[in-house]
Amino acid sequence: MSLINLIKIALKALQRNKLRALLTMLGIIIGVASVIAMVAIGQGSKQSIHDQLSNMGTNMITVQPASNLSGGVRIAGSSFQTLTSKDITALKTGAPDITEISPAVSSKGQAITGALNWPTTMTGVSIEYLDIRKVTIKDGIAFTQNDVLTSAKVCLIGQTVIDNLFPNGENPIGKVIRFGHIPFQIIGVLNPKGFNAFGQDQDDILIAPYTTVQKRILATIYYSNIYASAANENVTNAAVSEITRTLRESHRLTAAEDNDFTVRTQQELIATLSSTSGLLTVLLTVIAGISLVIGGIGIMNIMYVSVTERTREIGLRMSIGARGKDILLQFLMEAVIISITGGVIGVLLGFLSTWLVTLILKWPTVVSQSSVLLSFVVCAVTGIFFGYYPALKASRLDPIEALRYE
Amino acid sequence: MSKKILEIKDLKRDFIMGSETVHALRGISFDVEAGEFVTIMGSSGSGKTTLLNILGCLDRPTIGNYFLDGVDVKLLTRDELAQLRNHKIGFVFQSYNLLPRTTALENVELPLLYNKDISAVERRERAVHALEAVKLADRFDHTPSQLSGGQQQRVAIARALVNEPVMILADEATGNLDSRTSYDIMALMQELNSHQGKTIVFVTHEPDIASFSSRTIQLRDGMIQKDYKNEHTRSAKEVLADLPNADDYAKQK
Repeated sequence: MSLINLIKIALKALQRNKLRALLTMLGIIIGVASVIAMVAIGQGSKQSIHDQLSNMGTNMITVQPASNLSGGVRIAGSSFQTLTSKDITALKTGAPDITEISPAVSSKGQAITGALNWPTTMTGVSIEYLDIRKVTIKDGIAFTQNDVLTSAKVCLIGQTVIDNLFPNGENPIGKVIRFGHIPFQIIGVLNPKGFNAFGQDQDDILIAPYTTVQKRILATIYYSNIYASAANENVTNAAVSEITRTLRESHRLTAAEDNDFTVRTQQELIATLSSTSGLLTVLLTVIAGISLVIGGIGIMNIMYVSVTERTREIGLRMSIGARGKDILLQFLMEAVIISITGGVIGVLLGFLSTWLVTLILKWPTVVSQSSVLLSFVVCAVTGIFFGYYPALKASRLDPIEALRYE
Repeated sequence: MSKKILEIKDLKRDFIMGSETVHALRGISFDVEAGEFVTIMGSSGSGKTTLLNILGCLDRPTIGNYFLDGVDVKLLTRDELAQLRNHKIGFVFQSYNLLPRTTALENVELPLLYNKDISAVERRERAVHALEAVKLADRFDHTPSQLSGGQQQRVAIARALVNEPVMILADEATGNLDSRTSYDIMALMQELNSHQGKTIVFVTHEPDIASFSSRTIQLRDGMIQKDYKNEHTRSAKEVLADLPNADDYAKQK
């Protein structure tokens, strides 16, 4: 029998029991819709966590001086001075996976304007730092390469410092504040970043050219650390090894010597958080998968009822020339049509409910193509799997007995 | 000498029920030639139904041979039997066995759906033609529940005709009908037999119905008791005309 006839016969049979077909479909519809919606919610939260982390600079790499032995005494890394401008120059050529690099020096001190003062940290960096740390400027401008070369006394100011130095809401741009003994002109206001994961206020900051901080405040040629960003998260590890190799060369360390610096990435943090929300996705998928299986069992149940109820019809079809295979395919086709139609409606409902979740609950959602494809394939397979046994039962009926069935 | 449609040689059919063997047919031989109208009679337990199942290729003999239109049925597989039924036999059942909530036309088309050589257009054409042959040209879109018993049986006959079988096999086809409608169906059968030359094998337990056929085979205890030609075949049309023309009959028809 041709496929078209097969589909026609199955459709006619389903038409005779529209409500029942619809109710059977409902299991699949809900199953597929929930798979899509659940995975979308899971993926959405994963994506949003990921985005937040990316905002912190997920591809950021930090190089710090490491503790080292000095005459048998371990010295704390931060007090150790190993990173210099020579390292920056070396890294610019020696680590191709790095796109941006910035030295950093910092100094704690009192920021003073008029009668008000506030203890804060001044970080001296190059312009690239803003990109690496995803720091953006709300108002005003960033300092320029020329400011770095001339050790200009300009700075960018964080929101917390503004709140404490300019409590009356004056526009800080153009104002001059003192840090230590040095007057700095404020040229830009940073967008607030809030507290970081460790409870540090990321807005309690002043940012100035590193040359200014080095020469005018600290009087040092060393950097307290180096920030770099890898081209993307995937090459972060490659960038780390390039940095390590380059710095070992630059510091002339022999094979036997430990690194006098440490290289850190944000990867571990991302991995942990991703795996948490990955777990969420798996959990939701499993729940949704269970509902698909239940939908499939619903199909099997109805198909069994249908086969029993239509025993005479099966007998008749066999007596007028239907082979066992034709009967098998007919019932299988009915099950597949139910599950695929249910699947299509389920996909639409899944999109709709995902859209509603985003609209009403404001939850981030990402409908992944794979979940749509997967649930669709699963429901087709469900139809075949759960429709097969009832169909097999039908095809093995003895036409003589089936015709006399009451 | 016309062509033999059925050839049955020493046919036996045993059923094993637990430890006992039931001999339903104990050795039957007869031939049916093209264009014959044969009734098979017998009381219940005579082996009538078993013979019908074998004639209809729904069952196979235990011993003996059955040739349908020259094909030895014994050698065929289940699927080949199905195909043989599709091509060579038109069934008419006592309880019509029409698909519910399906139009007359679609019911008649049904056997052709299982014949892949026939296109959708031809299928429709032949179904229309078959329904016209049973005088139901105005009932194409009626479902069985909208038809009377006699009309339903005529749809079933159209369904049996549509695949142009070599033999129409009727199983108590008038069993569920009142006598007037029965005669009506028999008149149709006679017309198909005489005008279109259809071979008909009609299983019944009513001698009255058997008198419309040209030949009767009487079974008893799994054997042929009598096999005789009807010298005076009655015309169902005439019988019908002689019936009192009661109003309720007229309406029902």
